[in-house]
Amino acid sequence: MPLLRLTSGAFGQLRTFATSPALGKRVKTFAVYRWNPDEPDKKPFTQNYEVDLDDCAPMVLDALLKIKNEIDPTLTFRRSCREGVCGSCAMNIDGVNTLACISHIDQNLSKPSKIYPLPHMYVVKDLVPDLTNFYRQYQSIEPWLQRDKEPVKGKETQLLQDVEDRAKLDGLYECVLCACCSTSCPSYWWNGDKYLGPAVLMQAYRWIIDSRDEATAKRLSKLKDTYSVYRCHTIMNCTRTCPKGLNPGRAIAQIKTLLSGIVKKQAPILDPAGLEKQSAAN
Amino acid sequence: MSTLSISVLPTRSASYVIHNHQHDALIIGAGGAGLRAAVGLAQQQFSVAIVSKLFPTRSHTIAAQGGMNASIGSMHEDDWRWHFYDTVKGSDWLGDQDSIQLLTQQAPVVAFELENMGMPFSRTQDGKIYQRSFGGGSTHNGKNVAKRTCCVADRTGHSLLHTLYGYSTKFTNIELFSEFFVLDILIQDGEVVGALAMDMDDSSLHRFQAKNTVIATGGYPRMWYSCTAAHTCTGDGCAMATRAGIPLQDMEFIQFHPTGMYGSGCLMTEGCRGEGGFLVNSAGERFMEKYAPKARDLASRDVVSRSIATEIRQGRGVGPKKDHMYLQLHHLPPEKLHERLPGISETAFTFTGVDVTKEPIPVIPTVHYTMGGIPINYKGEVIIYQDGSDCSVPGLYAAGEAVSNCHGANRLGANSILDIVVFGKAIAQNIGKANKPGEKQPLLKDNLVEASLDNFEKVRNANGSAPTCDLREGMRFTMQNKCGVFREAKLLNEADEEIQKWYKTFECIKVSDRRLNWNSDLIETLELQNMLQTAVQVVACAKNRTESRGAHFRDDFPKREDEMDYSKSTEGQTKKPIEQHWRKHSSSLVDIPTGKVTITYRPVIDKPLTNEVEWIPPVPRVY
Ligand SMILES: Cc1cc2nc3c(=O)[nH]c(=O)nc-3n(C[C@H](O)[C@H](O)[C@H](O)COP(=O)(O)OP(=O)(O)OC[C@H]3O[C@@H](n4cnc5c(N)ncnc54)[C@H](O)[C@@H]3O)c2cc1C
Ligand code: SF4
Ligand code: SF4
Ligand code: FES
Repeated sequence: MPLLRLTSGAFGQLRTFATSPALGKRVKTFAVYRWNPDEPDKKPFTQNYEVDLDDCAPMVLDALLKIKNEIDPTLTFRRSCREGVCGSCAMNIDGVNTLACISHIDQNLSKPSKIYPLPHMYVVKDLVPDLTNFYRQYQSIEPWLQRDKEPVKGKETQLLQDVEDRAKLDGLYECVLCACCSTSCPSYWWNGDKYLGPAVLMQAYRWIIDSRDEATAKRLSKLKDTYSVYRCHTIMNCTRTCPKGLNPGRAIAQIKTLLSGIVKKQAPILDPAGLEKQSAAN
Repeated sequence: MSTLSISVLPTRSASYVIHNHQHDALIIGAGGAGLRAAVGLAQQQFSVAIVSKLFPTRSHTIAAQGGMNASIGSMHEDDWRWHFYDTVKGSDWLGDQDSIQLLTQQAPVVAFELENMGMPFSRTQDGKIYQRSFGGGSTHNGKNVAKRTCCVADRTGHSLLHTLYGYSTKFTNIELFSEFFVLDILIQDGEVVGALAMDMDDSSLHRFQAKNTVIATGGYPRMWYSCTAAHTCTGDGCAMATRAGIPLQDMEFIQFHPTGMYGSGCLMTEGCRGEGGFLVNSAGERFMEKYAPKARDLASRDVVSRSIATEIRQGRGVGPKKDHMYLQLHHLPPEKLHERLPGISETAFTFTGVDVTKEPIPVIPTVHYTMGGIPINYKGEVIIYQDGSDCSVPGLYAAGEAVSNCHGANRLGANSILDIVVFGKAIAQNIGKANKPGEKQPLLKDNLVEASLDNFEKVRNANGSAPTCDLREGMRFTMQNKCGVFREAKLLNEADEEIQKWYKTFECIKVSDRRLNWNSDLIETLELQNMLQTAVQVVACAKNRTESRGAHFRDDFPKREDEMDYSKSTEGQTKKPIEQHWRKHSSSLVDIPTGKVTITYRPVIDKPLTNEVEWIPPVPRVY
């Protein structure tokens, strides 16, 4: 490739394409799960890649990108935002489900880092899991605000929500749907077709508890059957693993208290339709 | 609703099976712009296909932090006309004022619609949508700093995208094709009739036919080495338009965000400064006071970025290499940081180890937003300027960061996630006015996809000597080092030579992965091709524009060149003809085989849509 090589001097930092193992002093091994279901005769295996940590940015995703760029372009994984907000790069790193882009590389050089796809999911290729069922379950909770009266077209105004009521959504709405929690939950592993799992249940709770939402009874009754919620045995793997520091385990417990009738959803502190009524009165 | 037939194209070396789909409308891209258009169309009973290379909530809209401008007046008296003024001024008089009217006048209603769908806005003490200050936002046409930016803490884009995606699942007439990569839009008899896409799951090809197609594929900051944007922001839609022969507009205008994190490039929102944070140099000075006495740290982004770059040039940068600046937040109460800026506190700690309640954050101007793109009018129709007038391309609309119309030479912070919903909605309404659900569509010729397939086949089997990553790296260094904050002829000439060389090097590209399922090597290569076809236009336009306006700053031509000298009274002055000034849109087209760029011009639209607001004539832009 003469053109590229000729000018590489112009870019001090253009590094050479290394197909051989890294030669630096701080070489770390990454043992990465490889599998292509399209080649059924080949079994899944782990492939070792060596990366010089002195020449690599700090996150596990950085190492994977470096491997893909410099050693093996066939290594396959999802990524987009590289800052822990899009939820694409969820995988199992050294036994923990997390987001590769915000996981620091373990600096212990003597121990290889094991990189696997999210557990107990169909694998599309290498580190890419099939999330079709997860997304379908998310849709099933009707993730939008429901009120008895639809806003009048052309006369939309904001619903009111007290600061305290709004605070109830904190710790819930930040979920990036990465599925780390659900795929760490033993109940989800064995009943993933029927049990909604922690991620989706936490979002169900997010809408149940929203002071502006009026479909609470309907939302709760949909969760009543034995599978939807009650497969959760409060093992709390979900909360321990959430890379965004959220607590889906607690959200499920709160749904259960609402379902049991021990606790009732509080009435909104401010009437959500307050402004609408004001303007109608004027 | 969907899969109608399968056609096999036997004329090719390898025969391809193509799955054919038909819908009333096709939306390419599932970020905020695509989803808002889809919802609007579905509400009018159109059948809609959304085709996206990412699952919707992975789209880059997710990353928007600071907020969305709308003059809803939660915090003080406000008027959309003041927002209109700010946006025109922010654009350095290169934004089309009819579109800016639509943007600012419609802002309150789209904000309320989002709230009604469930978007969890932060709230004021009286329960209304909370609004913060943002760069370039004022009341009474520049008099006071405004609080106009509606936000959900510093996770506004996340909330907006999840709200819109959740709401879109309500409609059974929206069919989502997620992780489908669109290769090209398709044109038959002068009309856009859909697009060709590849299902990433198995590399199968799908032809989507539609009466109307909407491009909502986002921007292209990833052609720079350091940017705040996601890996997937590769300008695919702009390149599709280029290949279809539609000139792109104002490609030289690239926004550098003043406060990208030094090192990783992750964004520290302008909301940091909106909540009271400020920049300090190595002498510990709040240097923005020098450059923008009134607005200080909340001046427009291009102004703040240039000020930082100037400080660094003059030796007042911080750090061992004196090559960055500090953003200070720790004078603010920790509770405020926790309540209003939780996301950036977390990101700053993850990536730099800085505790924002105690230490300043190292920052540097970083490529953030691409103002240029597919030209649209206020209806969202894609236009080509021909024989003195704007002609719309039949069947084609576009919205979001992929387009150019409102933001001119510099986008104001918090106007983009506004723009995506306003124009997404407008497109749905305008399609609704001109069409009915279920209208009959023309029979498509089988050879329609031929050119696109030729390219696809070539790239898929490419086995040259230039690995995708090496070529991409070359392109990024050229853009980074030679097409940055400060520009001048010598650097731009070098940039042009180099980028042209990279363009040609693509002929010897090498794809290593030949497998059919989830071939991300192939996808990255197609994205690189898109970036190259776009990058040659960015460089050519930057080299061509010999003035300084908004984000485009030429050391060798530091003045703005308008049709009159607006720094003095215009009385007695005559307007220069369009060839002699620069208040005009650049319009660029690429000859695909050679990479040669041709540039023509299109006048700026100064006349607002209605007489509810008067046009804002240019004045020198000071903050
Ligand atoms: C870090 C950051 C913070 C920001 N903060 C703010 C803010 O506070 N306020 C503000 O107003 N703006 C902000 N912006 C800008 C704003 O987020 C974006 O401009 C806006 O979200 C773009 O939306 P979009 O819908 O046009 O595109 P995107 O959200 O980028 O979506 C593009 C879509 O197109 C799809 N796509 C692309 N190519 C293809 C293809 N070939 N085939 C199929 N599908 C394709 C993608 O899958 C995706 O769904 C910020 C930007 C960044 C980088
Ligand atoms: S707490 Fe419930 S949801 Fe969470 S891991 Fe345990 S069983 Fe699963
Ligand atoms: S709760 Fe946490 S782990 Fe679960 S999907 Fe959401 S962000 Fe991911
Ligand atoms: S790449 Fe977006 S979360 Fe990791």
